[in-house]
Amino acid sequence: MNTALEHPTYNYRVVRQFAIMTVVWGSVGMGLGVFIAAQLAWPALNLDLPWTSFGRLRPLHTNLVIFAFAGSALFATSYYVVQRTCQARLFSDGLAAFTFWGWQAVIVLALISLPMGYNTSKEYAELEWPIDVLIAVVWVAYGVVFLGTIKRRQTSHIYVANWFYAAFIITMGVLHVVNSAEIPVSLTQSYSAYAGAIDAMAQWWYGHNAVGFLLTAGFLGMMYYFVPKQAGRPIYSYRLSIVHFWALITTYMWAGAHHLHYTALPDWAQSLGMVMSIILLAPSWGGMINGMMTLSGAWHKLRTDPTLRFLVVALSFYGMSTFEGPMMAIKTVNALSHYTDWTIGHVHSGALGWVAMITFGALYHLFPRLYGQREMYSVKLIAVHFWLATIGTVLYITAMWVNGILQGLMQRAVNDDGTLMYTFVETLEASHAGYVVRWAGGGFFLAGMLLLAYNVAMTVRRGETLRPSSAQTA
Amino acid sequence: MKDLWGHGLPGFWSAWVIVITLGTIVFCAWILFGNRRTDKSPDAHGEVETTGHSADGIDEYDNPLPRWWFLLFIATLVFALGYLALYPGLGNYRGLLGWTQETQWQAEMQRAHETYAPIFARYQQVPIPELAGDAEAMRVAERLYLNNCAVCHGSDARGGYGFPDLSDGDWLYGGSPEAITRSIAQGRSGVMPAWQQLGEDNLRNIANYVVGLSGGEHDTARAAQGKALFAATCVACHGSDAKGNTALGAPDLTDDTWLYRRPGQATLDAVLETLRQGRNGTMPAQAAYIGENKVHLVAAYIYGLSH
Repeated sequence: MNTALEHPTYNYRVVRQFAIMTVVWGSVGMGLGVFIAAQLAWPALNLDLPWTSFGRLRPLHTNLVIFAFAGSALFATSYYVVQRTCQARLFSDGLAAFTFWGWQAVIVLALISLPMGYNTSKEYAELEWPIDVLIAVVWVAYGVVFLGTIKRRQTSHIYVANWFYAAFIITMGVLHVVNSAEIPVSLTQSYSAYAGAIDAMAQWWYGHNAVGFLLTAGFLGMMYYFVPKQAGRPIYSYRLSIVHFWALITTYMWAGAHHLHYTALPDWAQSLGMVMSIILLAPSWGGMINGMMTLSGAWHKLRTDPTLRFLVVALSFYGMSTFEGPMMAIKTVNALSHYTDWTIGHVHSGALGWVAMITFGALYHLFPRLYGQREMYSVKLIAVHFWLATIGTVLYITAMWVNGILQGLMQRAVNDDGTLMYTFVETLEASHAGYVVRWAGGGFFLAGMLLLAYNVAMTVRRGETLRPSSAQTA
Repeated sequence: MKDLWGHGLPGFWSAWVIVITLGTIVFCAWILFGNRRTDKSPDAHGEVETTGHSADGIDEYDNPLPRWWFLLFIATLVFALGYLALYPGLGNYRGLLGWTQETQWQAEMQRAHETYAPIFARYQQVPIPELAGDAEAMRVAERLYLNNCAVCHGSDARGGYGFPDLSDGDWLYGGSPEAITRSIAQGRSGVMPAWQQLGEDNLRNIANYVVGLSGGEHDTARAAQGKALFAATCVACHGSDAKGNTALGAPDLTDDTWLYRRPGQATLDAVLETLRQGRNGTMPAQAAYIGENKVHLVAAYIYGLSH
């Protein structure tokens, strides 16, 4: 790293490292996603090898995009935002460096162990126990760095973005430790500490809050800094942020049971999962309103600033998928949508439309500032990326809506004699066109991601060549 | 009122669930109403003054909560309380409707039984050979077959490795209407013991003899040696003529039909594998699952495939 770019007060080194790895892991994780989407359309691409089969690559895809891509993005932006809004350097440069290298080690271990078939069988918590221990250690260090920085702030007030980041860090630590409680039998195998319906409930309490706290609260923290910053406007309503923050983190905790409708989970727990998911609608939308209304008075900037466009479209997809979520949590809707592609579409409207888009906006804001530039290498390429990402997301989620509803209706259709009208294989045949469209949508999205990577590489290179004299003295 | 309370949870935990559930809803209402009003009134442009704190140049307005959003939040809280009054949710409280997922399932099954059972009861009266010729009945039977049997035996009933072909007229347990019905209703368990204790050389001799029975490519010298071993070891189940025994499900070894031969595998290798490791074929019993009436209909479908 070029030390000439070091900020006099803040630790930008770790921010740069995480920002670069966000781009790297995003490209790898999304590339893998496009490949496994192709496997679903053309099964021969499984290649008849165990380590290239869908069953092993799918968890690798989810781990790479959630923990490597989105995780690195949260590390990068939270370290940047907490320093700037607290006017304080990170609590410990050494611990911050440890979180970087520790987190990369976790991802590399995932990259090796998942294709080899080591898997705890818990969704989004597939990694085996030694890696779980490493995650817990890194996470505690992350908490110390982040909260320690808030403690040494030069400002009286803790900015709203930091509430969300702090809630995400604390809660993910608790979720990970509780859900990953397991009894090791060897270095590469363990059994869950829970059994039966309780294990399922622990899993989905974790699983849904990974969405709620990592992919929602964490990224709301990102939103609360980069939207007002890029728009140059004040936050719309401080009190709205208070209400929706507390209501969001309180009710999200309850929602996981909606993944277990009509199962062995007791009725009362299913009902609470559904009811709290519906209450969650308004607190979720509070963030969207605060982001959107912050832009009022700056709408004209959308014409010239593609970075701001990313942030606005991210908020739109956020609003859409946080409406879709409570709706799908209603038992009668869930009876149709569960076990179909609708669920995958819902996840990706959040993952592509919200998480990735807001990250792209944040990265385009960040990179020029981290490398001493006025703007990105090419603003035009940002605009092209914006359209690729939007078209890709729309193709992906509409394909999955069509497939999901089609599958749900076909699975419940009965003849006059009560026999099922369609077999499982027929639902698959009917889904093929949707799988091809989904693959194409993923391809658009990946193409945009690679454009971002190119734009970032050129910006970083320009940042380093522009200052040859200071670089030599470094 | 006694009916409204079940006993699923110990009293303490039931109370705990009720308290934290209602507590969460009350907390949401409290934080919502507590922040409803702002003392900073909008100016002529509709803008309110900022809170005064600034973070990295970001100011914050203190606009009131949007009215529609406030009402939406209230509506979801009211819905929650209403739902929890009607349905189970608050600990052991059963809800005014007395709904459970078990009773919903039972009601749906009861309704289905009343609607559809007469159709299958009618088919039950028709003998299988006759039923197999009833085109309408076979359309129903085909749907049953595709949803219950095709996952192993294939959509075309041609079977696969370890799963018998149902269309070729070759039967492990007999092809009479009664035998087919029994296979479906009660299932079958076909066991070929492993014979590695005889030694690899002897197994090769037996395998060559067995392959030779149906004219397959084999080593005649080994086959000659295998004949005596076969007579000593295998005839108990497969018979001295090697034609098998449908009472045991022991296959006919003379007809060149091989249940356990992988695509592309040499017959000799497949037989050797069977001799070394044994086989354990299982047809799961279906009567308890789809009912006797539907078993009858599916049996007619299977019967019709080769008659």
